[in-house]
Amino acid sequence: MKIQGQGALVTGASRGLGRALAELLAARGARVALVAREVAALDDVVAGIRARGGEAHAIAGDIADKTATHRIAGQAQGMVGELALAIHNASTLGPTPLRLLLDTECEDLAAVLETNLIGPFRLTKVLAGAMAIRGGGVIVHVSSDAAVEPYPRWGAYGASKAAQDHLSRILAAELDGTGVRVLAVDPGEMDTAMHAAAIPDADRAALSRPAEVAARIVEMIEDEVRAPSGARLVAPRWELA
Amino acid sequence: MTAVARLAAPERALAALAGAVTRGDRARPAAAREPEPPGGASQETPSVELRTDLVPRDAVRLVVVDAAGDAPPGLERFAALPRLLRAGDLVVVNDAATLPAALPGRTAAGRVFELRLSGPVDGGRLSGVLFGPGDHRTRTEHRAPPPALAAGDAVLIAGSAATVLCAAGRRVELAILGDADAAWRAVYAAGAPVQYAHRSELLPLWSVQTAYAGRPWAAEMPSAGRPLTWDIVLGLARAGIAVAALTHAAGLSSTGDDALDHALPWPERYEIPERTAAAVSATRARGGRVIAIGTSVVRALEAVAQDGELRTGRRGIATVRLDAAYRPRLVSGLVSGLHVPGESHFELLSAFAPADRLRAALSFAATHGLSGHELGDACLIVRR
Repeated sequence: MKIQGQGALVTGASRGLGRALAELLAARGARVALVAREVAALDDVVAGIRARGGEAHAIAGDIADKTATHRIAGQAQGMVGELALAIHNASTLGPTPLRLLLDTECEDLAAVLETNLIGPFRLTKVLAGAMAIRGGGVIVHVSSDAAVEPYPRWGAYGASKAAQDHLSRILAAELDGTGVRVLAVDPGEMDTAMHAAAIPDADRAALSRPAEVAARIVEMIEDEVRAPSGARLVAPRWELA
Repeated sequence: MTAVARLAAPERALAALAGAVTRGDRARPAAAREPEPPGGASQETPSVELRTDLVPRDAVRLVVVDAAGDAPPGLERFAALPRLLRAGDLVVVNDAATLPAALPGRTAAGRVFELRLSGPVDGGRLSGVLFGPGDHRTRTEHRAPPPALAAGDAVLIAGSAATVLCAAGRRVELAILGDADAAWRAVYAAGAPVQYAHRSELLPLWSVQTAYAGRPWAAEMPSAGRPLTWDIVLGLARAGIAVAALTHAAGLSSTGDDALDHALPWPERYEIPERTAAAVSATRARGGRVIAIGTSVVRALEAVAQDGELRTGRRGIATVRLDAAYRPRLVSGLVSGLHVPGESHFELLSAFAPADRLRAALSFAATHGLSGHELGDACLIVRR
């Protein structure tokens, strides 16, 4: 899919990878709806994109809030028109410091699933139908290696991402033939606020910059051959064209 | 309805309201508004009464009307649609999402009113019809008159400052202070979908969306597509029946004002994508039939057919009126809700089948206990 002229939605777009993706998509000529909870930070990102001549629109909202689903979808498509691309980037670790599963409150696991799995499902349910009936679109789920590796203390987050990976695969299978492509992407370890919250003593110099990872993900979105529907891709292993 | 009930089984919970859901504005019989003239049509033919409860999407039934032949009406589940059409046919849907079109307003003097959007937000401008104080529990025709507005007046709409650009009776156009984004934020922050019932709780926004809804262009739900689940859409594709979309800004079905109602539907914006135009063209070239899901789809396609064949993507304003005198040029069949003689929607259906065949089909529907609610059961009318 070419990016130029497309309508795109990015969740968790006020910082980190979401911000980098929104900025890159806008720089490539997409009309971008940015969704985040933090209005002030979101407005700053939107203002920055507009100052560089890009098209960006701020939508305040929490993916975990069921009642916000149709408002977010409606505002996004009102502001940018048809959506050809939706990137589920918003996610939460749950309480930090990260803790063992047996020390995790049931409510905290439920809250992590709400943001990382059920919220994206609800938004996809509202957005993907219009893509499929029109014969095209791309849905990206931002995953993690914690979806695959059983890291101690990453139980709530890892389980939510593993479930999201499988949701992505099944959605791809069900939408086979409609022209809608569904991807899961592990971005690798990035120098973000989320990473700092999870691993405060990490060597930041060894971490990827969100902008570099965003460039890889945008290439995946563009490359239907190397990034077919149903694929789970690992950004650090993606060879830039 | 409690949040718990909604979580448990959304559509069932809505249907449980059915006892409280009465005939909606759009489906209201003309007789409720004005007395029938002596010797009117309703005195010549026995009237048909349909139930008026909300039917869950997966329980919708379909009356099949053979408009061209003389087969008696048939009764099917909506899910049988792929079997009722032919390989090579094309099904066209309206992918407009339903707006939260009912917005609260207040004049500078503090008088409250409701602005009901008649179409999508256009830049920072909102167009629609004013209603006086009251809510969805009051029938539109019983609502108090709204305060008179004039160009230049400052008002609050959905909590945002706005200026009246022009006003003609109860029709009004306003500009929200700020940009188009501010208008979209205000509409979704304070708006509610236009309701079809009184005495019930508000129908939430999700309950009036189709499974393929995209841009929020429709003032009221393009409800013929409500039972069209993805299971059925993909079933159509497997049966060799293509499905394509257009976007049509379906407007208000009722204004509560007879003079305004008689002019409905107003001109409505439509957009037919290239892909859909190509599918229509290819279908007609091979002798297939174009089946419209809802009268808004008919209106968009027939608007184009007025100027000849549909060969490329088109956008425009539909002004075509569908009634018994109209002969569809492009659309061969229609899926619609059930509407009895006397309702304005019945006139639209009569573009597809003679009135006596429609009456027979509706009597059949009544006998089988089908619902004539806007969110009720459905019919399939095929001309050839």
